[in-house]
Amino acid sequence: MSEPSEAIAAPRLAWQVANVVEIRAETPRAHTLVLDVPGWLGHRAGQHVDVRLVADDGYQAQRSYSIASAPENPHVELTIERLDDGEVSPYLCDVLHVGDGLELRGPIGGYFVWTSNQDGPVFLVAGGSGIVPLMAMLRHRAHAEPDRRARSPMRLLYSARTASDIIYARELAELAERGDTRVTFTLTREPATSEWKGERRRIDRAMLEAEGWPAADSARSYVCGPTPFVETAANLLVELGHDASRIRTERFGPTS
Amino acid sequence: MPDQMRLDGNAAAGQLGELFARDVTTALATCAGCHTTAPLGALAEYGQNMGVVLRCGRCDTVMLRLVRTPHAIHVDATGITVMVVPVS
Repeated sequence: MSEPSEAIAAPRLAWQVANVVEIRAETPRAHTLVLDVPGWLGHRAGQHVDVRLVADDGYQAQRSYSIASAPENPHVELTIERLDDGEVSPYLCDVLHVGDGLELRGPIGGYFVWTSNQDGPVFLVAGGSGIVPLMAMLRHRAHAEPDRRARSPMRLLYSARTASDIIYARELAELAERGDTRVTFTLTREPATSEWKGERRRIDRAMLEAEGWPAADSARSYVCGPTPFVETAANLLVELGHDASRIRTERFGPTS
Repeated sequence: MPDQMRLDGNAAAGQLGELFARDVTTALATCAGCHTTAPLGALAEYGQNMGVVLRCGRCDTVMLRLVRTPHAIHVDATGITVMVVPVS
């Protein structure tokens, strides 16, 4: 099966300056930067960009951020979770303004990608900000024709701290209402007295089994989030009989 | 090495791309320690502040080390016996 490879075979590896055209607050902790990237050749859902900040004294800090937007979107959107003790995210969330420039290179990464010409069921498992690259996949799929979407049914299991931490909450609810995507949220730190009617626990074997695909369906799984979350989920999927080679992981590092 | 720091090789794709001039996250690499073959994107990645360290997911052998200095990229690939890079 051929895949669009132009952007992968000749990636634009050079650092370039992107322009911030819009900033959106998604949750109290997460902001989306909408970028105009000159000469952008497009990307595949799941890829990321490297972002570089250079201080006046020459000190450099570099981080990778998953692209949140669909390849069909002419702008590149990055959703940044603000880490209180972060070196880069506080700048991106608090200081950066519309009109500012941002140094980045990409798109990067051919391993953790999904394209809508890949048939077969898909299970997306997100922990916290791990939803970002998976949202790009969901958004990309939303642009496909109905018969194509029908050949790649998707299920999303998204673990967040509290209801107010669910990024893209309304858009995900709308996707679920369209009927061809199952979306399940589970909250790990929601106050017991709140009105939340959904799941309230860390993901476990029973939840993955209930919300995911039967192992016999040979679904592709994409698991993204903090490292401990990803390892737990990936190991449980293997325990449930899923083929390890069809489980792709993107670890984000320590739990924030 | 605390496991919380472990990422996937895909996170190093940009730095690897600087060296290889192409995306190598789907390239298959065979471990010199245990001969397991896996995509680079799936290897265990450590050393975010030092460069790139890719370890075999089975036996923990360091397969690739990459350190960027202002004028050079230092590469130790002794942990890889064979690497197969797909080209379109």
